[in-house]
Amino acid sequence: MAAAMMSVRGLSRDFRGFRAVDRVDLDIARDSVHALVGPNGAGKTTLFNLLTGFLTPTAGRVELDGRDITGLPPERIAGLGVARSFQITSLFPQLSAVEQVELALQGHSGRGMAFWRSRRTMRRYREPAMRVLEQVGLEDVAAVPGQELAYGRKRALELALALALHPRVLLLDEPTAGMGLEDIDRTVELIERVRRDRTVVMVEHNMSVVGRLADRVTVLTAGRVLVEGGYDEVRADPRVIDAYLGTGHAAR
Amino acid sequence: MRKSLRFLPLAAGLVVVAVLPRVLYPPVALDIVCWALFAVAVDLLLGYTGLLSFGHAAFWGTSAYTAGLVAEHTGAPFPLAVLAGAAAAAVLAVPVGYLSVRRTGIYFAMVTLAFAQLMYVVANQWRGLTGGENGLQDVPRTLFGTHPFGTDLSDPYYFYYWMLPLALLGFLAAWRIVHSPFGRVLVAIRDNPARARALGYPVHRYKLVAFVLSAALAGLAGGLFAMSHQFVTLDTLHWTTSGQAVVMVVLGGIGTLWGAPVAAAILVRLQDILSLAHFEEVGLLTGGVFVVVVLLFRRGIWGTVAALLRRWRIG
Ligand SMILES: Nc1ncnc2c1ncn2[C@@H]1O[C@H](COP(=O)(O)OP(=O)(O)O)[C@@H](O)[C@H]1O
Ligand SMILES: [Mg+2]
Repeated sequence: MAAAMMSVRGLSRDFRGFRAVDRVDLDIARDSVHALVGPNGAGKTTLFNLLTGFLTPTAGRVELDGRDITGLPPERIAGLGVARSFQITSLFPQLSAVEQVELALQGHSGRGMAFWRSRRTMRRYREPAMRVLEQVGLEDVAAVPGQELAYGRKRALELALALALHPRVLLLDEPTAGMGLEDIDRTVELIERVRRDRTVVMVEHNMSVVGRLADRVTVLTAGRVLVEGGYDEVRADPRVIDAYLGTGHAAR
Repeated sequence: MRKSLRFLPLAAGLVVVAVLPRVLYPPVALDIVCWALFAVAVDLLLGYTGLLSFGHAAFWGTSAYTAGLVAEHTGAPFPLAVLAGAAAAAVLAVPVGYLSVRRTGIYFAMVTLAFAQLMYVVANQWRGLTGGENGLQDVPRTLFGTHPFGTDLSDPYYFYYWMLPLALLGFLAAWRIVHSPFGRVLVAIRDNPARARALGYPVHRYKLVAFVLSAALAGLAGGLFAMSHQFVTLDTLHWTTSGQAVVMVVLGGIGTLWGAPVAAAILVRLQDILSLAHFEEVGLLTGGVFVVVVLLFRRGIWGTVAALLRRWRIG
């Protein structure tokens, strides 16, 4: 088996004695789409925070392409090619959509430190930023401040900011949450397009989205890996049905 | 029309600083310029980085003492003494900033206050250097001698025009920083530090650079203040000095850059009028004005005026 793009061993995280992520082992195959599913509070977002350096693990280890990245700060992990989106939309309220993407494109160049230059030098990112906006269908609201965008547009920009980093690994935390059917279709098509030569890990509650995109599915409950496998395999697993519908349903 | 309006505040500001010592008592004009630059330095942190420093007197005061000592002991021309002060402030800001930018909100304010108090105690104890409670007296003020181009440098009126370029350089630097790629990142960090980190920006490093730049500008202002008065007292390191600069920023409008100088002019002039009237409770009155403005005009003087202008232009 080819070495995993990301792998996790014995990863745990406690919050004041409460174990939100519990000895998780996980291998994310290179260039695959890997879905993380599980009920609310299962620890999916916490796991994302551990993978991206926003939280430090209580125990365990995270590797990116064979390199130990445990305990690195988020900006370093981002610099190594791991981009994430946030479950709760996390934008810059005062900056326009295109300015936010410019900021993302500038991220690892070091040019952000130039306090002696005119902000007009950021114009070099205008054209590539517009191309990213076109990818997610936001070109018509490029000049609108983040706080004035409609909900669906905000979710699209959330995705655009992660895509702008041209990451090797893209971590998406509920990218379709709260979207209408049309926007969901659009997002699925977008992920289909951007997954080429890229590894995608996504938390997703919508099972049809998981079915359309995921090569592999890991089910998390109470911080632990319950089942891992292909979509059909996982869907048919009685333990999964149990976890989702409560004890007793699987037997019916 | 729009474009010309953008330069209106700049033109108005330049006219005001050009005539200030003609319409006001020149020492008051000097104080206004120094405090305005100090307040702008604090706004750079509070308004554009989201960090409330309650210890900027450390940089204003350290620079004032450094500039005063350099002028006294080396006889350097005053701009060099002032720049030496600003450099000392920037150097001091590196460890202070390193230890404080990891904190946010009230904790950041407390750490910066603690450092400023430490500097106050050190200056008070180190009498041999600072003169303790007496401060530094009779700081010399020279530039190619005492009468450059036939102007009397000991006259505050002439000194005002000699120090103005240095002060304007400070304002220009603040304006440039705010309108640079760095300024854009600062605002992003202020509004959403987590996302900024996710985009690859080392947030603490950016905050540290902002802190040092702000301290350097506060130092520039403090050095000019020392040269304006030709003496340096412990007051320059007192916590009420930090507080006064914060009050000016809030009063003028946080994150507006223009508001702080306007508030500085109003407060310095007000304090001058009150002290002439032998009104002792100056702090009480400025405190009162502060409370009223914070309650009635949450965006400060500049923010409120700008909003009115915008409405008037649209309407
Ligand atoms: N910062 C935190 N402090 C304390 N508890 C937390 C924190 N973050 C998450 N938790 C807890 O950890 C558990 C897992 O949360 P989360 O990872 O957000 O779940 P999911 O994303 O799967 O819905 C929940 O019980 C949540 O309350
Ligand atoms: Mg979650």
